[in-house]
Amino acid sequence: MATTLTERRSEAARGADWREIVIWAGTALGVAGMYMAILYAPEEATMSHAQRIFYVHVPSAWVGFLAFGVVFAASVGFLWTRRRSFDLAAHASTEIGVVFTTLAIASGAVWGKSAWGTWWTWDPRLTTTFMLWFIYVVSLMVRAYGGSGGQSARFAAVLGIVGFLDIPLIHLSVVWWRSMHPLPVVVSSEGFGSGLPPEMLYALLVNVAAFTLLYVALFSIRRAQMGAQDAIAAQRDDDRRSTIRRGLPGIQEGSR
Amino acid sequence: MSALAVVRQLLWKDLVLEVRTREILTAMTVFAMLVAVVFNFAFSPSPQDALRLLPGMLWVTLAFASTLGLSRSFVLERDQQCLEALRLFPFDPGLIYAGKLLSNLLALLAVEILLLPAFAVIAGVALLGHIGALAAVLLLGSVGLVAVGTLFSAMSVHTRIREVLLPVLLFPLAAPVLISGVRATLGILAGRPWADVLPGVRLLVAFDVIFVVVGYLIFEYVVEE
Amino acid sequence: MRAYIPSRGAVWVQALAVRDITKSFGPVRALRGVTLTVARGEALAIFGPNGAGKTTLLKIASTLMRPSSGQVLLFGANPHEAPHLRRLIGLVSHHSYLYPGLTGLENLLFTARLYGCSDAGARAEAMLAAVGLSGRGGDLVRTYSRGMTQRLSIARALVHDPQILLLDEPYTGLDRQAASAFTALLLTMRGSRTIVLTTHSIEQGVALSDRVAILVDGVVAYEAGNGARDVSTVERVYAECVGVPA
Repeated sequence: MATTLTERRSEAARGADWREIVIWAGTALGVAGMYMAILYAPEEATMSHAQRIFYVHVPSAWVGFLAFGVVFAASVGFLWTRRRSFDLAAHASTEIGVVFTTLAIASGAVWGKSAWGTWWTWDPRLTTTFMLWFIYVVSLMVRAYGGSGGQSARFAAVLGIVGFLDIPLIHLSVVWWRSMHPLPVVVSSEGFGSGLPPEMLYALLVNVAAFTLLYVALFSIRRAQMGAQDAIAAQRDDDRRSTIRRGLPGIQEGSR
Repeated sequence: MSALAVVRQLLWKDLVLEVRTREILTAMTVFAMLVAVVFNFAFSPSPQDALRLLPGMLWVTLAFASTLGLSRSFVLERDQQCLEALRLFPFDPGLIYAGKLLSNLLALLAVEILLLPAFAVIAGVALLGHIGALAAVLLLGSVGLVAVGTLFSAMSVHTRIREVLLPVLLFPLAAPVLISGVRATLGILAGRPWADVLPGVRLLVAFDVIFVVVGYLIFEYVVEE
Repeated sequence: MRAYIPSRGAVWVQALAVRDITKSFGPVRALRGVTLTVARGEALAIFGPNGAGKTTLLKIASTLMRPSSGQVLLFGANPHEAPHLRRLIGLVSHHSYLYPGLTGLENLLFTARLYGCSDAGARAEAMLAAVGLSGRGGDLVRTYSRGMTQRLSIARALVHDPQILLLDEPYTGLDRQAASAFTALLLTMRGSRTIVLTTHSIEQGVALSDRVAILVDGVVAYEAGNGARDVSTVERVYAECVGVPA
């Protein structure tokens, strides 16, 4: 963040960087999306206004799964190339993904309460989202407690890959489970364009776009933050060692 | 040395060590029995309920008992850093995974063989009539549990919180096994037609194949430094 | 079964070469550009304070660890890319790599078989005899003394007849008698095998080696061949490099 006058001048001279553009675009879309969700989209037949949380729930869930896809890709990249930047990307996406997934579950619960009078239901989509949330949380645990830096990064990457491959299987098994024991209430399909009047669809798409842009912005900021933390730690380590080594005879300086 | 011979040698080592101490098997079996008894205290199922509750109780018991055996299996390699020694051999590290997978699977199957009659007696449910189908489902489910469990126990043994981390990793990711296993077992005991149970069996097979292969390929990244 | 050893000119002479090896653990740089070569049949002793990177270097040379950058060459071939080359290496670590629940003989049989030795039984017996443990081969390793365990670890490292023997601070925890027995054993192998040894004991290291190197803070601070190899010289240089008396 630019604080001094000189910093601000040079930053203004440079022009907007792409992250800023994304944030502004996302905010604009977000505002538009909220307007459309609250005022533009028609009232839903059975649930009236409470149904509008759908415009938060679906995009959040979508971003939660998108973030996990990014975690998977970054994990594969990390194990393949062992480059730290992939690990940082996976970490950043995990942190952001867990936030959006939490939001998805919370909004889903609120919707469930107003629609069916119950805070939770083992609907396949909600259940799979809940399991995704668990995998995210465990992933963060592994990063926190998984041993020394390089090790926990590798473990988290393994978990990212195994988890991603597991999600479809989890979903299928819950769907089968539910097919044998149908829910007491019938969950109306909320898939894209299936039985949705066009205004609702547009509102939904705008919100999905807004949330996606928000994810991209948060992800790149967090990722840059982590890269900076890394660089600072490396610099500190370098400084410490150079003070130790100063003045010792005949030491070969290894190539960097 | 052929891959099969390597795996056989690794399995031999685990079997000899286990037969001499009987630590793992005893701990797992006693624990499993205790969990089963606690379930019966908790639910006090009537004969009608028992049929409905038994599959769930059985699979939860197996899930908990498996975490015991799984974590022990890598702890014994930690003693003298024997896992490092295994990585010094000129074969693919995935074979270490395969050897451990088999020894963990055998331990779990042994516990199931002991547990199943006990469950039948305690819950008062006749299992013999369906023993073939039950055994198949239990085998498939056990392979699934052990496939991801072996991978995760190799990970958690390197951490400070290994006793906690293994179940926390295993249960969410083995959810398809538990869900499909319980539902398939329920279907079998209720005498449902095979077509009803088949989707669950297919899911178990898919899970097993995917995660044994993934485990084999990814294991070297778990143990490398 | 021996691994193919290429005979490319001067490379043939180098049993073990590490080139520009760096290793970072996150921001911490444990090795910062280490280059060493060991000729066939030569014995190299590496000294250095704790944290210098000696164990890390041996782990990288033996393929237990991957370097962040740089190359390891065994007789000209990279074992990180060709895992079957691990057959050329025997590693003695400060961990014994032995299963306490197996007997001495079983440990050796297990190792010999997994290295692909067709005559595993004969080799295991022979190695037990070579380290003087024939009588105790049938006892569980759990019952061995520290000296016996150390001897068995060497037997384990040698049972597949590796060309290169790597030893990581093997004198740790050995009393005088066991240490001199160990030195005697290593001396019998000089010339026929390539040896790389890290140790805190400059006296032992110099006695066993043809060349010495001092590793400080992840770089090679000093290297010497047959000339400056008496104990007092090395101790003096070591003290200079590290900044405290050795």
